[in-house]
Amino acid sequence: MTENGTDTSARGSVDYIAVEESPRFRGLKRSHRSFVLPMAAVFLIWYFAYVLLAGWAPDFMAQRVWGDITVGLLFGLGQFVTTFVITMSYVAYANRKLDPVAEEIRSDLEKQEAGA
Amino acid sequence: MNEWFAQAGSVFAAAVDEIETNPILNMSIFAAFVAVTMFIVIRASRNNASAADYYAGGRSFSGPQNGFAISGDYLSAASFLGIVGAIAVNGYDGFLYSIGFLVAWLVALLLVAELMRNTGKFTMADVLSFRLKQRPVRMAAALTTLAVCFFYLLAQMAGAGGLVALLMGIDGRIGQSVVIAVVGIVMVLYVLIGGMKGTTWVQIVKAFLLIGGAVVMAIWVLAIHGFNLSGLLEAAVAASDNGEAILAPGLQYANPVDFLSLGLALVLGTAGLPHVLMRFYTVPTAKEARRSVVWAIWLIGLFYLLSLVLGYGAGALLGTEQILSAPGGVNSAAPLLANALGGPLLMGFISAVAFATILAVVAGLTITASASFAHDIYASVIKKGKASGDSEVRVARITTLVVGALAIIGGIGVQGQNVAFLVSLAFAVAASANLPTILYSLFWRKFTTAGAVMSMYGGLGAAIILIVLSPVFSGTDTSVFPSIDIAIFPLSNPGIVSIPVGFLLGFVGSFIGRGKEDPRLAAEMDVRSLTGHGAEKAVEH
Repeated sequence: MTENGTDTSARGSVDYIAVEESPRFRGLKRSHRSFVLPMAAVFLIWYFAYVLLAGWAPDFMAQRVWGDITVGLLFGLGQFVTTFVITMSYVAYANRKLDPVAEEIRSDLEKQEAGA
Repeated sequence: MNEWFAQAGSVFAAAVDEIETNPILNMSIFAAFVAVTMFIVIRASRNNASAADYYAGGRSFSGPQNGFAISGDYLSAASFLGIVGAIAVNGYDGFLYSIGFLVAWLVALLLVAELMRNTGKFTMADVLSFRLKQRPVRMAAALTTLAVCFFYLLAQMAGAGGLVALLMGIDGRIGQSVVIAVVGIVMVLYVLIGGMKGTTWVQIVKAFLLIGGAVVMAIWVLAIHGFNLSGLLEAAVAASDNGEAILAPGLQYANPVDFLSLGLALVLGTAGLPHVLMRFYTVPTAKEARRSVVWAIWLIGLFYLLSLVLGYGAGALLGTEQILSAPGGVNSAAPLLANALGGPLLMGFISAVAFATILAVVAGLTITASASFAHDIYASVIKKGKASGDSEVRVARITTLVVGALAIIGGIGVQGQNVAFLVSLAFAVAASANLPTILYSLFWRKFTTAGAVMSMYGGLGAAIILIVLSPVFSGTDTSVFPSIDIAIFPLSNPGIVSIPVGFLLGFVGSFIGRGKEDPRLAAEMDVRSLTGHGAEKAVEH
């Protein structure tokens, strides 16, 4: 049953429960979740607000802002802008806050395995 | 300069009146694409020794390369021809539809891609079964994977038949069947010879041509309208039978609940599509997986912005009438626009790209289905993890032949049927059966085997049963079976019900199941998913 798709050779030499409970890992997990979960909630709410407006307020969406550019078109293009902005902000956050800590923990674990 | 373009515009408009498809030209350009990609595939296949080479391209692709391949895999003919056509005829609703396909990538970026890359090896089931019981979870995950691949594959193959009528001037049933068979055979060859590496290169080349062609055409359309978006919209309104209604929602999706249901399936389904998930294993690290999604988001976003211009441009330059009366209907908007702009040569190019799109997508689906059968069902469930890598790859190759044969038979079988609903069904199954288990197993410690199995079978069953009971299946003139009426579910997409069912069953199952899961495995998965410790490395050659 333990012969699964994942590499099992490393098992045994690392106490993952201890690693998981270490303050450094808990910090990493907290910084990961405190960014991705609220961000996911934000873009889902924003997207479905847009879908609801398009479905139930078509007259509002049809209003012209200038020329033939409508409110709906600006909302739609706004979805592109927020998608790009969230993407870039996540990359910046991950590079700055997540990757260094993840690398630190990983290299410690590799050392631990090499020594065991 | 603008005057020149304006004049040129009227010349093109005149030329449009006398379109004739040039099958020989279209076919030669397409044959050239197949020849070039086949050459690349054969070259790429030299190092296809191990299972990691065959399923994951040796994990040697860079983030940007994989980003192109993801876009190539994701931007199907349905999104290219379908969305441009929908905007050309129904305006805003086509644009609204396209946005769901883009926003969905944030789910993949934020919640799924890196954690999957760190904990899995080849398939979605690797991750889902990491800390749960191997066999029941793998079996369920493999079945939902095969279901999604099959629905999507059938939709693409049926689309190939319709495309042939439009682009090659082949109307007869036999002629179309021959072309579907050729598509199936070329796809099987790509996958058998090239494995994941070859398939990836086909997708990269295709994405490059598709996005390149769209950029050229969009700039051309904008130039004709003086680089003024409002001017383009004005021209589209003037040429449309629907007039100003194309600037606002409501023409295509008369029932807003129906679109909400579709939107849910799109946004939550993308990150659960098995052929998309498998692409995350072709890069060496989680960081590269992140970079590939970022590239994919930019490319896909750019492409749908271009589609907006192309759609309204096709509406403005061709008019509703001409698009709807062409063979292929709304799907003909993009090729007809190419003809109006650059004549038969550009139309041939765009047609060949559309065809290449079908090839690249079906190749990606085929390798995913064969990997899932060989790696999850054969090696883990039947052989209980005792199969050698070689025998696994051999089974995967045999499965590829079987999938290819099924795709050809299915594609010929559904010819002329209205099977466009299969694409949204594939997304609905991915969102109802796959995504809940993926998110629970990555983010919720108390999730159990019982929860996973109930969520996957329940989500899959709910989506399929609801589609069978919906108007797309029976009861209306446009249904698959218009003569019977068992449509008691009012919506054409099951997502709004089946997705909550999938999430709820996963939650409830974890409480009533009470199966005890190993806390050490859970801790290991947690640590590995975030740090990348012990993640599969790239293959050295």
